[in-house]
Amino acid sequence: MLLSGCDGKLVVFDPKGPAARDILDLINWSLVFMVVIFVFVIGLFVFVIWKYRARPDNDGYEPPEEHGSTKLEMIWTALPIVIVIALTIPTVKTVYGLEKPPAEYADKEPIVINVTSADWKWIFSYPEQGIETVNYVNIPAGTPVQFKLTSAGTMQSFWVPALGGQKYTMNKMETEMYLTADQPGEFLGRNTNFNGRGYADMEFTVEAKKPEDFEKWVKEVKDTAPKLTEKKYLSLLKPTHLGRETYVGTHLQWVDHGKMNSGTYTNPELYEVHGVKGKIFKDEESKDKSTNMDGMNMDENSDGGEQSGH
Amino acid sequence: MDINWHDLFIVGNPLILGSQIAILLSVIGIVALLTYLKRWKWLWREWLTTVDHKKIGIMYILAGVLMFFRGGVDGLMMKAQTSRPEMNFLDAQHYNEVFTTHGVIMILFAAMPLLIGIMNYVIPLQIGARDVAFPQLNALSFWLFFSGAMLFNISFVIGGSPDAGWAAYFPLAGKEFTPGIGNNYYAVAIQIAGIGTLISGINFIVTILKMRAKGMTLMKMPMFTWTSFIASVIIVSAFPIFTVALALMTLDRIFGTHFFTLSGGGMDMMWVNLFWLWGHPEVYIVVLPAFGMFSEVIATFSRKMLFGYKSMVFSVVGIALLSMLVWVHHFFTMGAGPAVNSVFSITTMMIAIPTGVKMFNWLFTMRKGRIEFSTAMLWALAFIPCFLIGGITGVMLAMSAADYQYHNTLFLVAHFHYTLIPGVVFAVFAGLYYWWPKMFGHMLNEKLGKIHFWLFTIGFNVTFMPMFFLGLDGAVRRSYTYSAESGFAPLFLVSAIGAVILALGFATFCYNIYWSARYADRNISNDPWNARTLEWATASPAPFYNFAKVPEVKTLDAFWYMKKHNEGLTLSDDEIKEIHMPSNSGLPFYMGIIFGITGFLLVFEWKLAALVAAVGIIIGLIIRSFDYNDGFHVTVDEIKETEKSWRSSDGKGVKNHVG
Repeated sequence: MLLSGCDGKLVVFDPKGPAARDILDLINWSLVFMVVIFVFVIGLFVFVIWKYRARPDNDGYEPPEEHGSTKLEMIWTALPIVIVIALTIPTVKTVYGLEKPPAEYADKEPIVINVTSADWKWIFSYPEQGIETVNYVNIPAGTPVQFKLTSAGTMQSFWVPALGGQKYTMNKMETEMYLTADQPGEFLGRNTNFNGRGYADMEFTVEAKKPEDFEKWVKEVKDTAPKLTEKKYLSLLKPTHLGRETYVGTHLQWVDHGKMNSGTYTNPELYEVHGVKGKIFKDEESKDKSTNMDGMNMDENSDGGEQSGH
Repeated sequence: MDINWHDLFIVGNPLILGSQIAILLSVIGIVALLTYLKRWKWLWREWLTTVDHKKIGIMYILAGVLMFFRGGVDGLMMKAQTSRPEMNFLDAQHYNEVFTTHGVIMILFAAMPLLIGIMNYVIPLQIGARDVAFPQLNALSFWLFFSGAMLFNISFVIGGSPDAGWAAYFPLAGKEFTPGIGNNYYAVAIQIAGIGTLISGINFIVTILKMRAKGMTLMKMPMFTWTSFIASVIIVSAFPIFTVALALMTLDRIFGTHFFTLSGGGMDMMWVNLFWLWGHPEVYIVVLPAFGMFSEVIATFSRKMLFGYKSMVFSVVGIALLSMLVWVHHFFTMGAGPAVNSVFSITTMMIAIPTGVKMFNWLFTMRKGRIEFSTAMLWALAFIPCFLIGGITGVMLAMSAADYQYHNTLFLVAHFHYTLIPGVVFAVFAGLYYWWPKMFGHMLNEKLGKIHFWLFTIGFNVTFMPMFFLGLDGAVRRSYTYSAESGFAPLFLVSAIGAVILALGFATFCYNIYWSARYADRNISNDPWNARTLEWATASPAPFYNFAKVPEVKTLDAFWYMKKHNEGLTLSDDEIKEIHMPSNSGLPFYMGIIFGITGFLLVFEWKLAALVAAVGIIIGLIIRSFDYNDGFHVTVDEIKETEKSWRSSDGKGVKNHVG
């Protein structure tokens, strides 16, 4: 393909996992049609304007008055319909396929990582391992990872192009995505949905490690990393730029932002820029919740399944 | 109401300071010039109070060109900032404001007025009407649009610009994350302009349905009239959604409600849905009239009638219906589930079917024709390959699973610039070169026109083609910078160079307007292109009453038929009757000002003051209700005089049918 022919491959054309590969297959399938359509229409276009251009020697030529041709018009209505069908079928297949763990790794039990985006950082919680990282995520290669996505504030989009497509993170909502890395390696991930001043820096790295290295890393973190406290977590939610950080314990013990009735954690006064300041509305109810963390536990019983898939 | 003057006027940025000085100087300059030339009365009588659709059209076009300049400068600033990695030309906050205003201004305050302006000038002439159905309402539309546009434009010098993107997604656009008043400008200014647009839509629907010349059935209407009619129908169906969404946004931001906020049970996804329920049809509102212009230009310069007129009409109606059923494709990545994404993939791809039909019809209109490469025609020709690229990448984006990799990247940005620039900007240029002689009685210079054309189309492709590849390599939109290690630098630089070429093209166009106004030949006929539709049957520029005697329409391409059969081209004295015309009114201008003041006060959250100013709106409505002015009659003598001035020349020395 033209796009992947050059030696420095474009990231979308250089998939490192099954999800990205499925999408690339679909893209390549569509490109074939697009190239054929493009060549055909441009060919016709060049032919027509060359052949029927005004020249001094056809000065007296009076073009015929033709209203149209039912036959031709039928053809160029029917052809696009066929093309649309040819594109729809694999699209629908892929869309459904991406919602499930990859078939190639069906024998492996997926691990779960909760992703929480905040301004302007990515927080990764490993509920099974009981650790939390900021702005980087380590995963075992060859094991499907179920990312549970939510946001502590603005709407953002979680994207690791080498491994697969993207999905939004939204406050009080949970979306899900399966990503798998075939081989160990480092991949860049980022937010693609604009969310203010710090948007450009909202990148993170995904490092796929050999399963045994992953286990070793988890153990190492548990031995050496500081414990995540509630106070520390609240400071993470403030609009700041951070480097990589690692903690023992996850914030899920206090709040899961993916739950419909989790509290609101906003700091409007930290977002002021130049210009006239408008009135900030204080919301009593949410203030109570964000300061009184015990309130969070009441939500434990609420049904999270209802929100997922929105 | 404590006003902090330091905050009110944005200070401390040399770019903004420069603009403030430039704005001040140009205002002083304009006031001084008008006073020196003693043109204040003329300005008031001929322009500010006019209800003539032709003058309103010209004012729309003038405003549109100005706004295109403003939006273009925003675009250039973005290109300068991203030309090198880690550039420090703009900081993140400033860049965010610039791309937000670029988007809003280009779509709502440049594309819309340019198209509505051309519609205003051309449609009543094309259907043989004396004016639009509600001339004073038409003036109100313009002044509301202008008031909204000005209010939006002052934001960067007074109070702070909107900075949440042109789609203003919540919760970012709410007070929780953008507590400044910048986004109040978005909510209020667009609302005011939107009321104007909605009124325009209603006006054009009634005009086209009720005021066509005798014999012009629906299926004998010129294609531009058809597409504008359908665009007006979409305006009336889609704009109310935006009106409501903006009203809820205003309530959230200024009065503390919780429609879209995080707290208090607000639903940010609701804004996204409402926005695109308007936003996607909006794309077709701007692109359909443009399709109509291309149809007129291609038919005229191929010397042939439009191929497949009926299927063209059906495909326009089809596009309009589908346009309301595709909004979810803007957020396939929201996780609505595979079923929803599949349905919206299909509806979106279906739009390619009627659009393909139109493409082939244009190509077959040219086939067997005699194609003349006038500047207007060059724009229409360049549209075909460029828009084709926009179209096929659109189908690629419509495939929801693939969209997971394209979404919010520069691939998407390249795609919609490849639809909107060829689809709208090329069309506006084609339309302006084509109808300029009808509007001003002289043509735009063809040589400068061709320089403009080549610079602009080459610049456009150089700017946006690299962005497809950047997007596929993981470069995202709206990011004010990127790292050197990303490897994006070379393509970004190419894109920035393209933007400079693009800007030179636009500068050539502006110079062409100036040059042609001063030096172009005035001695041209009323039909310089040997055209096909009724607007060319009357004088250039068209007299204020449009037609001394409204022609009777027998076929499609009515004027072509008249020329071929030598019917109705001459006018005898006894055919001339008195013409009833509407009177000028200062009320629409007043309403524009009072809406602007009310809006300004509301933006600054001075609610009581805004309420007081709003009383002025009610007063305007009351005055209008007791307005019994029934217009005036143009005397037969005056019509005879006007008609003689352009009909008597016997074609001597008049340049007709210049190619």
